[in-house]
Amino acid sequence: MTRPLIQYFLALVLAPLLPGIINRVKAFFGGRRGVPILQLYFDLYKLVHKTPVYSRTTTWLFRAGPVIGLAAMLCVLALLPFGGRPSFLSFEGDLILLVYLLGVARLATVLAALDTGSSFEGMGASREVQFAVFAEPAFFLALAALARGGGGLSLSGIFSNLTPAAWLTASPVLTLVTASLFIVFLAENSRVPVDDPNTHLELTMIHEVMVLDHSGPDLAFIFYGAALKLWALGSLIACVILPRHYGSWLVDSGAFILAMFFIAAAVGVVESVMGRLRLLKVPYLLMTALTFSILALIFQAGR
Amino acid sequence: MLLAVVSAGILVFSAALSLSLGRDPQKASAAGAAGAVIAAIIGLIPTVKILLYPAIETISFPCSLPTGSFTLVLDPLSAIFLLPVFILTAAAALYGLDYLKPMAGKKPLGTAWAMFNLLSAAMVLVLLSADAVPFLMGWETMAAASFALVVLEHEKPQVRKAGLIYLVAGGSGALFLLFMFSLLASPSGSVAFSSFLRPTGALASAVFICAVLGFGLKAGFIPLHIWLPEAHPAAPSHVSAVMSGVMIKMGIYGLLRVLVILGAPKEWWGWLLIVIGAVSAVAGVLFALAQHDLKRLLAWSSIENVGIITMGIGLGVLGQARSIPSLAALGYGGALLHVINHAFFKGLLFMSAGSVLHAAGTAELEALGGLLKKMPFTAFFFFFGSAAACALPPLNGFTGEFLIYLGAFNNIGPSSKAALPALIVITSLAATGALAVAAFAKAGGSVFLGEPRADSAEGPHDAGTMMKVAMAALAMLCAIIGLCSPFLIKPLAAAITPLAVSYPLLDAGVNMLYVSAGALTLIALILCVWALRSALSRGLPPVRGVTWDCGYAAPTARMQYGASAFTQPLTDFFQPLLRKARSYPAIAEYFPGTASFSTEARAVFYNHLYSPAGAQIKRLAFRYTWLQHGRLQFYILYIVIALIALLVWKL
Repeated sequence: MTRPLIQYFLALVLAPLLPGIINRVKAFFGGRRGVPILQLYFDLYKLVHKTPVYSRTTTWLFRAGPVIGLAAMLCVLALLPFGGRPSFLSFEGDLILLVYLLGVARLATVLAALDTGSSFEGMGASREVQFAVFAEPAFFLALAALARGGGGLSLSGIFSNLTPAAWLTASPVLTLVTASLFIVFLAENSRVPVDDPNTHLELTMIHEVMVLDHSGPDLAFIFYGAALKLWALGSLIACVILPRHYGSWLVDSGAFILAMFFIAAAVGVVESVMGRLRLLKVPYLLMTALTFSILALIFQAGR
Repeated sequence: MLLAVVSAGILVFSAALSLSLGRDPQKASAAGAAGAVIAAIIGLIPTVKILLYPAIETISFPCSLPTGSFTLVLDPLSAIFLLPVFILTAAAALYGLDYLKPMAGKKPLGTAWAMFNLLSAAMVLVLLSADAVPFLMGWETMAAASFALVVLEHEKPQVRKAGLIYLVAGGSGALFLLFMFSLLASPSGSVAFSSFLRPTGALASAVFICAVLGFGLKAGFIPLHIWLPEAHPAAPSHVSAVMSGVMIKMGIYGLLRVLVILGAPKEWWGWLLIVIGAVSAVAGVLFALAQHDLKRLLAWSSIENVGIITMGIGLGVLGQARSIPSLAALGYGGALLHVINHAFFKGLLFMSAGSVLHAAGTAELEALGGLLKKMPFTAFFFFFGSAAACALPPLNGFTGEFLIYLGAFNNIGPSSKAALPALIVITSLAATGALAVAAFAKAGGSVFLGEPRADSAEGPHDAGTMMKVAMAALAMLCAIIGLCSPFLIKPLAAAITPLAVSYPLLDAGVNMLYVSAGALTLIALILCVWALRSALSRGLPPVRGVTWDCGYAAPTARMQYGASAFTQPLTDFFQPLLRKARSYPAIAEYFPGTASFSTEARAVFYNHLYSPAGAQIKRLAFRYTWLQHGRLQFYILYIVIALIALLVWKL
């Protein structure tokens, strides 16, 4: 029981490191020194000490949004395996709960954005719900392709069933699933090529524009929730690309954390080498992810 | 069992009472509402008893009907449907007390209450009948009473149109059912359900097709749904709640009852139901997304939920046909749980929409806004119901869908015999869930959040006390089912025993226990984070300002993102299906003057399928107008000729 708890708290503590790594990689590609790798920790510390500013248009829903969003992410982390080991709330069917908890966070964020009555936040909310329509089936089918390989319906079961041998015999399936999950991961976390967290034009933003009006501790909750989401969806990819388990909890956990850092670095590379897509093209990118998932399922059926 | 009959009797009695008290609207309303609530309390006793201690109770009345007997049976399958019928009609009656008050003197409230209770009694009769004659009597009474309620505001032209479409749909549905029952009864010559011989081969398929058409018309399967988005918004809101929440489920019940009678199903039946369900779910929520009227949006969402239920039944049928116990049990079980869940959250949503209509005088999304500050209770209940409708934990909507997902995910393995249908269901459910979030964010966002968009949203009041009580009761039930779903597994298993072996559903109780644990964890985490948030503010008051709006300090209500704009990317993407009408001026000069823009969600199936077909039938019928000349003597002659022809044919 203590180990799942330690895993959980490790995830809580390490998650804000991921955006720092992404920024450092981007700075490296841009030839800059970049912000400190612990910048998000400093920001969170600063924000929780500030007094929030609320628009007169907003209501309790605006304040509930960040709270529910962060709570849903904390609940998601309690479902996710860590280094191939089950977490304390792992059960048969937890992958279904996982997707719907992400839905809870989405609805809370979108409603909080609409509560401000700002047209920019309306735009961001509209895009958020639009892209989820394509991302959610892709995500579900990618998980279904993995579940078809055996191991039951819990994420821990599926991933502990995944061995290096699976990568030898079913590499096309796993490659396609990884690609699909990576696209969904970028879209859900509002990264390039779907959304650019660094853009300075509100008209083209998605996630950043939805939280324009939040400030102080609320904004800290949102930043922290976003970091946890990055960790949560990234850990699914880490579990796929790191099928090897050594048996020692320390080594496995260490390897898993390194894999997470590697994924963050990969996001940084993607953001450095390509631009953001036009918003109209994003559904097609997500449909590519859906196609990858379906292809993975077909290949899995042919095995 | 006897108590269930007594409760139906009370409903009929109170209907007669409010009809006779019609001159005094206050007393008539009191009689109607009291009758509904008392009947519900009495009716719930045997219902809950049968669900807890599964049994089959029968009552046969000696009075003989023309061809059948008056036999009533209460079994767990009926009880699962009776539960939401009693609860929702009682809640709707309480709500109606306040809701109909402003209509006193203008509308015949005595008749309205009589029809409302008659509708409830008819639903109880449909659920208890074990014979085709009382079943069809109940079925037709249900259609007639709800028609009377739909056209309560008949001075509006669109209400009259809705009523007409509803009448035609109800009539044609009943025709299919008559045909189906005669097919079933022809071998044995009796119309009692117990005496039906199990049909085989083509006859069984013919019965099934008639059931899908007849019951599908009531349930709102796409493309048989066209009456639903017209009639549900036209009715008073508490009636909309009952119609959407439980009345359309009578179609689902009928379908399940026929599946019980038919026994071993064929494989393609399951496929047909899965396809109908997937199309109804995805297209239903897409059309919901495109609507501009709150109640129409909710009506389309009912079609979506019926689609989800039908997918579950389709998986169940397929599991039965291919003997996959886990698919059959979880498919049927999930469908039945969603029947209950949808009754509660859709009832809640229609009631909160009714409060908006009541207070603001319109349910037009583009004309509302900022109502949360004026009607905090209604807004809270609407968002609560929305979260349940989007199948979000920790509320009840998630539990039924979870069972269907579980059944589907259990059968995607390499050795499974039903992987493809399971994947179709998973994909459709996932897309439906994401689209539902978009539709309800649009609805809730444009009605309750932001600033009022038009004057009509300026001075409303919150719902009346009884309205709040009814909504609070339903919201409580949504939360309780969301947290206590493991306790519902046993009654559900009892209900599906005539259809499938129940042990996989009982096994799923463990998973539901974890779902409840997850839901409790989420609630605990929300409370913890909220406490942390409060601690961080250290009691200091927040600073108040205007909405940031990227530096523009004088935003107006008209600058907000509208409901149509919110869903425009999605509706544009699905334009080939939705066929929204749009008109906007082409900008021809450098400084364009005033401009206007309009979009309209059109009834695609009505315009492109039924309207041309109706025109064809009309043209054909006009050729025979010479038969219809208005002379009564000749009409009697027709009857005589028809009788002689029948006699000659039979001799």
